[in-house]
Amino acid sequence: MSADPIAREAPATGRPWGGGAIGDSPARPDGDLKVRGRFAFSSDLHVDGMLWGATVRSPHPHARVLGIDAATAAAMPGVHAVLTAADVPGANSFGLIVADQPVLAAEVVRFEGEAVAIVAAESLEAARRAAEAVVVAYEPLSVVHRVVDALAGEVTVHPAGNVVRDIRIRRGTEDGLTAPVVVRGEYRVGMQDQAPLGTESGLAVPRPDGGVDLYANTQWIHADRNQLASVLALPPSSIHVQLAGVGGAFGAREDISLQAHLCLLALRTGRPVKMVYSREESFYGHVHRHSGVLRYEHGADRDGRLRYVRCEIELDGGAYASTSSPVVSNTAAFAVGPYACPAVDIRAVVAYTNNPPCGAMRGFGAVQAAVGHEAQMDRLARELGMDPLELRLLNVLGDGDLMPTGQPVPGVVPARALLEELRSMPLPPERVDDRDPLTLPGGAGYVTRGEGVVRGVGYGIGFKAGGMPEGVRDFSTARVRVRRHADGVVAEVATAAAEVGQGLVSVVAQIVRTELGVDDVVVLPADTGVGSAGSSSASRQTYMTGGAVKVACDAVRLELLTRAHDRFGHLFPELLEFGHEVTLAAGALLGAEGRAVCTIADLLDGGAIEEERRFDHHPTTSLDEDGQGSPHIQFIFAAHRAVADVDVETGLSRLVELAVVQDVGRAINPLAVEGQMEGGTAQGIGLALMEEIQVREGRVLNPSFTDYLIPTTLDVPPMRLKILEIPDEAAPYGIKGAGEPATISSTPAVVAALREASGRDLARVPVRPWDLIPDLSELASPPGAGSHDNLHEGA
Amino acid sequence: MRFDVNAQVRDLPDVPPWESLLSVLRDRLGLYGAKNACEQGECGSCTVLLEGAPVCACLVPAARAAEREVVTIEGLDDDVLATSVREAIRRCGGVQCGFCTPGFVVSATATLRRDPCLAKTDLPEALSGNLCRCTGYRKILQAVEDVARPGEGVGGSDER
Repeated sequence: MSADPIAREAPATGRPWGGGAIGDSPARPDGDLKVRGRFAFSSDLHVDGMLWGATVRSPHPHARVLGIDAATAAAMPGVHAVLTAADVPGANSFGLIVADQPVLAAEVVRFEGEAVAIVAAESLEAARRAAEAVVVAYEPLSVVHRVVDALAGEVTVHPAGNVVRDIRIRRGTEDGLTAPVVVRGEYRVGMQDQAPLGTESGLAVPRPDGGVDLYANTQWIHADRNQLASVLALPPSSIHVQLAGVGGAFGAREDISLQAHLCLLALRTGRPVKMVYSREESFYGHVHRHSGVLRYEHGADRDGRLRYVRCEIELDGGAYASTSSPVVSNTAAFAVGPYACPAVDIRAVVAYTNNPPCGAMRGFGAVQAAVGHEAQMDRLARELGMDPLELRLLNVLGDGDLMPTGQPVPGVVPARALLEELRSMPLPPERVDDRDPLTLPGGAGYVTRGEGVVRGVGYGIGFKAGGMPEGVRDFSTARVRVRRHADGVVAEVATAAAEVGQGLVSVVAQIVRTELGVDDVVVLPADTGVGSAGSSSASRQTYMTGGAVKVACDAVRLELLTRAHDRFGHLFPELLEFGHEVTLAAGALLGAEGRAVCTIADLLDGGAIEEERRFDHHPTTSLDEDGQGSPHIQFIFAAHRAVADVDVETGLSRLVELAVVQDVGRAINPLAVEGQMEGGTAQGIGLALMEEIQVREGRVLNPSFTDYLIPTTLDVPPMRLKILEIPDEAAPYGIKGAGEPATISSTPAVVAALREASGRDLARVPVRPWDLIPDLSELASPPGAGSHDNLHEGA
Repeated sequence: MRFDVNAQVRDLPDVPPWESLLSVLRDRLGLYGAKNACEQGECGSCTVLLEGAPVCACLVPAARAAEREVVTIEGLDDDVLATSVREAIRRCGGVQCGFCTPGFVVSATATLRRDPCLAKTDLPEALSGNLCRCTGYRKILQAVEDVARPGEGVGGSDER
């Protein structure tokens, strides 16, 4: 067996990536390996003697498991183990909030693709053949595939009932909800997949002491470890989880998928076991973004000022709870959008069904809300004959305004500035009719010469909270070690934070360079050998782990200054006043007026300095029965303007440009922030135009990249970007989470542009070509139109 | 079966003719640079050069690739054009998770070999077979345009 299966991923020592302090955009430390194809993703791991795992999955969305006959499979050549629920030594359940999902289904399967048995064999082929040979007898049960049926409760998915959470947020409703102008709308959002390019994969290696080492692509290694401890009936200290090269996440990896299966097989066989999901299996193996229905009523004065918003939301949670509870809480809290409104009455429900389990995806509930609240603002603008942007500017949250929860939005609220930036940006050139046909809707399909093409411009603004809500005591941990080596000084940073692609490894190194004046920074691979960093989700890692790295650096600095004081205090009296006039820069300690005191290397003669610190955000509260409280750490905003051409004869559309403005408080790495803005925008485009997991009576119809479309180079238009830096005074460096906001506002902006061009209502996303064709709804349904709308069926 | 991979002849016994080239490269030769993300030729993560032309290795049966010249991302280490592409993609911020990156480097290198100044190529069209879920593509397109037209107002119509 090779010593360390991911050793080749570690960056070379020395100076692998040059300089770069806060505010710079240094090259990513993992960039060179990635562009050369040498970065070890979890699917690339290999150790000699390893077995391959495969999973037996339910073909039924809801069924009783009558029996499992594994004898044939177990007797096949090369097969080392076939495990079922009976082989789980600890609790046969996992879940981030409620452990309601079986590791391997025992008596009942609740969604199509639920894991029933697992196999380990000498090769992937042998494992897959053995999995096919496992015979499971099922008795199909009634399938709950619509939220409305789930809430009626005739068939229960779980014994305790089908409501995962029912939340009410009510404020200012004492005098009733009336207004001179009222607009109503019902909006539907399809089930979106995170579709990270790297599928779920990993390698578990049994340890001689009875424990297990797990290498996997995940978002939260400590949450994985803690759930594994319960499943495996091992103390957490016997389970070592190391992050392997991830391949994108977007929420798909917040829950465990194959982690427990890998460990069970490795511990049973005594051999390393590797698993890699195929794309199809990946669609069944992770949670998705909740589909939902949002019914709104907006009341306003004749001048456009909002008087009240009433909203009812139903989300389809699928078969297991995952993070449905905080997701629906987010949809409710952000249902009004970033607008001041004196009276709100919001009710949001998420229900169990026999559809695929839904949970975290970038934007986490706020995406669904933004589709609804932005459509309503456009509808209100139309009703009032107002410009949609002016209506937004009239109502947008200002300093000191309250959330529907009663929580004040702290500090300088950026919403107005975002919209004004958009307004000041020039529009792309007008359409010319003799232009390149590739730039028309339909592109190389040459379906139009431009005669039916209409241009539309649409706006969207959205926000959510950064970090974990509702009183969760969230924290991160960092260990910083500064030591001498041959060429000078190196700082090593250990955290358990998952680098999933977002560039946290750059940001961590930038913070250390800035705080300690040490150029050579090595960010160690994330593992459970250091305290939890929490999840790489909720736009929280730069804030939380960045904060932890900063406080660990503060402790290292204090020790450096103490050593300097002991040796040089008689020469440099300013050292007595710790931190006041003393700086660490370019490997040296500088006293008052930049006088060089000594090098940092000098101070490490007495040995390396290592400090581990935990960082906590300021506390939040849970919500009371009226949904009132202070549940959120910080609010993060973005706004978009979309320009789209729609061929109203074919229903094909083409985005011309997107303008994006986002407030990040402080851009630690502007290039990485731009990457979040552009990538987030692209995922929002996907939800607006093409991305939907089609589910019919609990069965997924399109679990492949042939049938589930994500945007390509031809779908993502040029973008104008503007980063605002309005600091959050309570956050380290003023940081505001940057990962999610652009995903929230891009979808409604694109839909608004399509709506303006087509004149159609467009009350569901993704928008399909037949939604954009005038009057077609009054003719016979186009082929497949009705049967392709699973939201019609859902709720 | 005999394969010419990255200018090395490799004799592999017992390869079934229907096994994919991607499986041969990854599982038999340990060349992990070509990624497996869809196995349907939709994502381009496994793009390699077969007789100099970009192909999805997941769609090429081993028998089709035998006795022909295969170049993977690893085989482009010393290629001057590929090196320019790699450096531009890094510099422009075209790398996030990196799973799609080797495929993009191979596709972009093949595109630029065919048409070094992109005079006859619609770049988004040329790279539309490679999916990326992280970046939104703009920085990758900008990087490849930088290589084709160095010094000319980078980024096409993107503005910031």
